[in-house]
Amino acid sequence: MHPAPSVIIFSVLSGMGFGLLALMGAGLAHATGWPAFLWWGLGYGLAIAGLLAAAFHLGNPRNGLKAFSQWRTSWLSREAWAAVATLLLLAPVALSDLLDLGLPRQFGWPGAVLALFTVFTTAMIYAQIRAVPRWHHPTTPLVFVGFAVTGGAVLAGQDWAGWCMAFMVPVLLLYWRIGDGQFDRAAQTLGTATGLDRVGQVGVFEQAHTASNYLLREMIFVVGRKHAQRLRIIALLLAALLPILILTVAPHRPIVFGIAAMVHMCGAFVQRWLFFAEAEHVVGLYYGQR
Amino acid sequence: MTQLPTQTAKRLGLVVDLDTCVGCQACVTACKGWNDQGSGLSDQDPYGADPSGTFLNRVHSYQVQPVEGTAQIINFPRSCLHCEDAPCVTVCPTGASYKRHQDGIVLVNEDACIGCGLCAWACPYGAREMDVAQGVMKKCTLCVDRIYNENLPEEDREPACVRTCPTGARHFGDFADPGSNVSRLTADRGGYDLMPDLKTRPTNKYLPPRKKDRRHEASLLAPLLDIKATGFAGWLDKMLSKI
Amino acid sequence: MNAPILNTSPVISDEVRKTTCYMCACRCGINVHLREGRVSYIEGNRDHPVNKGVLCAKGASGIMQIHAPSRLRAPLRRVGPRGSGAFEEISWDEALDLAVSWMKPLRETAPEKLAFFTGRDQSQSFTGWWAQAFGTPNYAAHGGFCSVNMAAAGIYTIGGAFWEFGAPDWERTKLFVMFGVAEDHDSNPIKIGLGKLKARGARVIGVNPVRTGYNAIADDWYGITPGTDGLLILSLIHCLLVAGKVDLTYLAQFTNAPLLVNAAEGPEKGLILKNAESQPFVIDRRTGQPAPWDGKGVEPDLGAVYQGHRTVFQHMAERYLSPDHAPEAVAARCGIPAARIHALAAELADVAFNQSIEIQQEWTDFRGNHHASMPGRPVSFHAMRGISAHSNGFQTARALHLLQIILGTVEVPGGFRLKPPYPKPVDAHPTPHFTAAPGKPLSGPHLGYVRGPEQLALKEDGTPARIDKAFTWENPFSAHGLMHMLIPNAHAGDPYRIDTLFLYMANMAWNSSMNTSRVLQMLTDKDEDGEYVIPRIIYSDAYASEMVAYADLILPDTTYMERHDCISLLDRPISEPDAAGDSIRWPVTEPDRDVRAFQTVLLDLGHRLGLAPMVAADGSPRYKDYADYIQNHIRRPGVGPLIGFRGAAGDEQGRGDANPDQIAAYIRNGGFYQAHVPPEAAFYKPWNAAYQDWAVKTSFYESPQPYLFSIWSEPMRKFQLAAEGHGPIQPPTHLRARLKQAMDPLPIWYPPYGDLEAKGWGYPVHALTQRPMDMYHSWGSQNAWLRQIRGKNYLYLPTRLWQENAFKAGDYARVISPNGGITVPVAHMAALNENTVWTWNAIGKRKAAWALAEGAAEATEGFLLNHLISELLPEKSDGLRYSNSDPVTGQAAWFDLRVRIENVGPKPQSEPSFPPIPRVVPKGTAR
Ligand SMILES: Nc1nc2c(c(=O)[nH]1)N[C@H]1C(S)=C(S)[C@@H](COP(=O)(O)OP(=O)(O)OC[C@H]3O[C@@H](n4cnc5c(=O)[nH]c(N)nc54)[C@H](O)[C@@H]3O)O[C@H]1N2
Ligand SMILES: Nc1nc2c(c(=O)[nH]1)N[C@H]1C(S)=C(S)[C@@H](COP(=O)(O)OP(=O)(O)OC[C@H]3O[C@@H](n4cnc5c(=O)[nH]c(N)nc54)[C@H](O)[C@@H]3O)O[C@H]1N2
Ligand code: SF4
Ligand code: SF4
Ligand code: SF4
Ligand code: SF4
Ligand code: SF4
Ligand SMILES: [Mo]
Repeated sequence: MHPAPSVIIFSVLSGMGFGLLALMGAGLAHATGWPAFLWWGLGYGLAIAGLLAAAFHLGNPRNGLKAFSQWRTSWLSREAWAAVATLLLLAPVALSDLLDLGLPRQFGWPGAVLALFTVFTTAMIYAQIRAVPRWHHPTTPLVFVGFAVTGGAVLAGQDWAGWCMAFMVPVLLLYWRIGDGQFDRAAQTLGTATGLDRVGQVGVFEQAHTASNYLLREMIFVVGRKHAQRLRIIALLLAALLPILILTVAPHRPIVFGIAAMVHMCGAFVQRWLFFAEAEHVVGLYYGQR
Repeated sequence: MTQLPTQTAKRLGLVVDLDTCVGCQACVTACKGWNDQGSGLSDQDPYGADPSGTFLNRVHSYQVQPVEGTAQIINFPRSCLHCEDAPCVTVCPTGASYKRHQDGIVLVNEDACIGCGLCAWACPYGAREMDVAQGVMKKCTLCVDRIYNENLPEEDREPACVRTCPTGARHFGDFADPGSNVSRLTADRGGYDLMPDLKTRPTNKYLPPRKKDRRHEASLLAPLLDIKATGFAGWLDKMLSKI
Repeated sequence: MNAPILNTSPVISDEVRKTTCYMCACRCGINVHLREGRVSYIEGNRDHPVNKGVLCAKGASGIMQIHAPSRLRAPLRRVGPRGSGAFEEISWDEALDLAVSWMKPLRETAPEKLAFFTGRDQSQSFTGWWAQAFGTPNYAAHGGFCSVNMAAAGIYTIGGAFWEFGAPDWERTKLFVMFGVAEDHDSNPIKIGLGKLKARGARVIGVNPVRTGYNAIADDWYGITPGTDGLLILSLIHCLLVAGKVDLTYLAQFTNAPLLVNAAEGPEKGLILKNAESQPFVIDRRTGQPAPWDGKGVEPDLGAVYQGHRTVFQHMAERYLSPDHAPEAVAARCGIPAARIHALAAELADVAFNQSIEIQQEWTDFRGNHHASMPGRPVSFHAMRGISAHSNGFQTARALHLLQIILGTVEVPGGFRLKPPYPKPVDAHPTPHFTAAPGKPLSGPHLGYVRGPEQLALKEDGTPARIDKAFTWENPFSAHGLMHMLIPNAHAGDPYRIDTLFLYMANMAWNSSMNTSRVLQMLTDKDEDGEYVIPRIIYSDAYASEMVAYADLILPDTTYMERHDCISLLDRPISEPDAAGDSIRWPVTEPDRDVRAFQTVLLDLGHRLGLAPMVAADGSPRYKDYADYIQNHIRRPGVGPLIGFRGAAGDEQGRGDANPDQIAAYIRNGGFYQAHVPPEAAFYKPWNAAYQDWAVKTSFYESPQPYLFSIWSEPMRKFQLAAEGHGPIQPPTHLRARLKQAMDPLPIWYPPYGDLEAKGWGYPVHALTQRPMDMYHSWGSQNAWLRQIRGKNYLYLPTRLWQENAFKAGDYARVISPNGGITVPVAHMAALNENTVWTWNAIGKRKAAWALAEGAAEATEGFLLNHLISELLPEKSDGLRYSNSDPVTGQAAWFDLRVRIENVGPKPQSEPSFPPIPRVVPKGTAR
């Protein structure tokens, strides 16, 4: 799949944003006054920035509001609802923190749950797609939610952020391990795609058009896959190992968490680029490509 | 409305005969022509180095090597299959994507489309193309604007690609009616689904190529007589005595 | 929730106008939809005899053609050096005055110095008529480089040919065999027919080195080695003769098999034996005595020997029974196992003789014999350039017709049927006219069918009368001329120099010429005193083609939606076996540019030049425009360009006075007219009295022309006799041997001339082109839709060559022929003869031509094979270089090409790559 910057930015930023909001809502990270303003601001900022980035991916944003209509079947629609609901539900909590109104913490819990659910819906947009076997697996939401919590934790300067990252290492390895076998498990070939496996071994003679098209640009992205292994290592290093190292050697000061967060975010971006670039759509079969 | 109808009154769709398709691309440009005049299917850089445009029907060409016998070329038209369990519909956040309960045709309501592209991702068959100029999703409409069109003579109320196909390799009809041309062709010629494992339950069916390059057990010609022995005169005699 | 309300009955257009497609020469009927006067949609005309509603990929893209940015906009005069593309726009008056100032002196002194050649011209009976009035012998259309072998072999053998001049009986045939067909002129009818066969589950067999398109859906594929079809066909005939599976009754009644071949030594040897009234005769089996060939009740004896003279049948049988023609003897050369040849012969025999059919329809033959029914042998054949574009193509096509004849499958139910005005024997065709005289018209039509050496187009001194050397000893039956020799001969001044080259819709500076790079030089070469060797070039094109850049004066034509055209029975009509048909084009839209219909321009030129048929008594133009000509021109009394709605009342068919309302009547009728063949005349046409009478009535001939199929060709034997030294008109010594071989009166096979040399010098691989179904020669690439489908081409290599040269996807190959080398992208194809490579024809374009970007794939990766093909064969031992053509007809031997291949790895673009031609129209942007 084509790793569109807008979508990568969206999923990484909003993921971290909602992760942070979740922690704040749950009260795991609690502050008042300016620090609260910074944290809530960061949470809302990232979440909203992410959503805006997503809007850039739309060919026709004018109809944006209609995206709320199909929550019954569409994970994208559900995501829209979840996101907005989260932001609204947590608003009073944030306000109370800023002005130190001392609203009971329980008020934040629904918002916290909803925040993580938002990230889950984002993941399900991808996970539901059978045509992209690598995505079509429970580890996809696991990775997204994992990144959200981890990102949130490190942004919220939680001492246990390192453990989250440590947890992400096996999760990612598992996701990649399973992912690499997904396409073959889906057992779709040019033979089944055309049904010509009944005749014999099928190969492409001529492409339908010699000119390019939307499918080739959007779903048959093969560029840069050869660097996958290297990028996976980089993703692991940046998203987990390096920040863990930083957090274990350096004293737990905001600035240190800040640096760790930046490094982690870079890792998240690399992981997210791979998430798309490595994903193979079955339509590629018709073009003799994966 | 992205909830799929549990069942539709009719199940309109196409049968594509791979034993007959010569890969002439007529259905490709007929489709482009019909759909271009109305809603419009844009082309980018049409006279430039990297032209690219929206097409709702594309014809591939594959080479197939049977276990034994000579290799074959098989032409393969690809357009929307109007699936019964159309994932492209359920993923749509706006309801722009929908499947008609009257006849099962899967359509995009361009007025409601936000161009998120998710339906195209969800389609295993590459049947949806985002129109770059309009930012909305395009797909085969089964010529819904022809098949019921009162302004067209009865005989023309069929898809443009079917009407134009010179070899008659494309057939349009109602799969819900077991007596329809498409149902009968599917039954008689072993029409099949593409990627059935993906649980989309396509409406369109493909007819497999007939068996080619038959082994020649056919009884060979027996000589009239032993020419070497009789010579030409003998042959001529025997030959003409046949009249 | 409920679905949006959608209008399922949108209004499609304000108006529909029915005219004729022009995206190729198939000439289908189209319904052109207009919105606010602009063409909005094109669909096939269901009532039209050719396409019955369907359209091909090109036809349905016509809208992109008529709006293409490549359309020429105004007359142009060259100001810079030729080929530099520096032009200035001029007015039509300036353009026509300039043309006249060049042409008039030529007409008054030496009309032959104007050479007027047209490409795939659909108005040949008109352009030929114009050239005749001008008086130049130098006129022809594209047929010579196209498929004249097929046309001529057909006329000389069965009085009709493949191309679109005949068709299988699609409704009844049970076995259909194609030789060397990719697309053909009859594009949609063949596809429709194949569809009918497939729907019935009838068998289709393809004989072709390449298995694409029609051959891809064939039930059986014979991947023959190029140039060897003659061997295969004669071997099939051998098998059928050995097994006695031939239609003796058919041979005895309808062919010259029972005629006697003169056995007496001397100038008559091998000619058909004639009686005192110089009529051929047969021996009647009932009496054993001579009887007239056309006598009622006569039962011709195929085995007769009369005073030592034997029948054609015996000569034929004896030749093909010989073991040299056994499958085992030819299998290796054909690349087809002997067993499969036997099997094919058996299949043919089985369907022809065990599955014969019969139509309950009485008819009477020309002898007066009554027949209770019409028996049929449901085997049919079709063939095209795979057979004809070789230097043995004429004889190979003759062999195929012979195969049809011995199976008794021509003009019978289930077999191959001719379309009116065919059948038409050689004798019903004109002979070539070629004597030019200052200020005088030519005495008759340029092109025709020679019966013997005395009709060759030679001057008193024996030198060629025509610039293309048509109808000479080098190619006696060149019925369509030799367009591919025009520029080389004009450049060489051989046989003489010409002054003005007048070309119409032929892209001779690119895909239509052999040896393109060399032709570009010929067009720009100057002689010692700085003059162009070809002094003047006038060209009419509608688009910014490669050729435009090499003309001195450009006459921009309209597009096919903006003018009148006439698809005439005097020319290449749109008939079907059951109906004669002709049609028109008419301006369904107005030009938005300063362009004029070429035919109207020709009439204007004719008037300005004072050509008699184009000047009225009062000196005014005889015809206002082409439409006026179409309606009012009278070719023979009562006969004009169109057969429909003739006579003042518009109710006469075939013959009748001009009708001022004729075009309007055609438009009302959907743009075409059909004259239906009566049922009793539908089959056995050459011998069917009812058909002959109908044909005379409908104006195809002036009197009935029944004839016998020519298994033994007397015209050919006459040339062989000359080569043997008989007769007053003698060939040059160096051609005798070749004529003796090539002009054999019975079909033979000899290796294509290209092969002879090739072997020795190590060019082991055959290289071919195929027509893409979605492109028409050079003109599809300007079409925004079509160029997305096929914007570049690859050289397809068979598995053997792919592996031997370790090719990978993305590699380029260096392809070398005796004529030079090209470097081109390759791809692998398994369903391909293992000694053959091929590519799609005419996809490669010159940079900046056709209003495309210079970086367009067509101009960077796309390529032509033409650079590898020479119009001349390599020098012979005698120092002579013959044209790369068939020795009988002069047909260009495109497919004799032999090459050698090397892997050169990935490359940025194809070679040779020429500098861009400066633009005559701006580069296209939005569509
Ligand atoms: N779409 C489209 N239609 C066209 C045209 C076009 O450009 N585009 N051009 C028109 C014109 S001008 C013409 S002349 C006709 C030509 O009509 P076709 O003759 O059908 O066209 P070609 O592509 O030249 O076909 C040559 C075929 O013969 C095969 N062949 C080559 N050598 C041999 C041989 O030795 N033996 C056998 N058995 N086969 C051989 C080739 O593989 C190819 O399939 O098409 C006309 N129709
Ligand atoms: N290698 C290879 N070369 C081949 C062949 C092959 O098989 N292999 N085939 C040969 C054969 S059979 C043929 S017939 C030739 C065909 O070659 P051409 O007859 O030259 O065919 P086109 O390339 O279509 O060129 C026709 C020209 O007519 C112009 N034209 C189009 N429409 C109009 C119009 O309405 N009015 C005017 N005035 N001009 C118009 C086009 O712009 C183009 O420049 O190619 C030959 N060349
Ligand atoms: S029009 Fe018919 S024959 Fe041609 S490509 Fe389409 S389906 Fe095949
Ligand atoms: S083919 Fe694709 S677009 Fe058409 S209905 Fe099925 S999934 Fe949807
Ligand atoms: S692109 Fe349009 S139709 Fe497709 S899912 Fe998005 S909104 Fe729905
Ligand atoms: S049915 Fe209509 S829209 Fe669909 S492919 Fe055919 S022509 Fe195109
Ligand atoms: S075959 Fe195609 S291009 Fe040729 S006339 Fe017919 S529709 Fe037009
Ligand atoms: Mo041609």
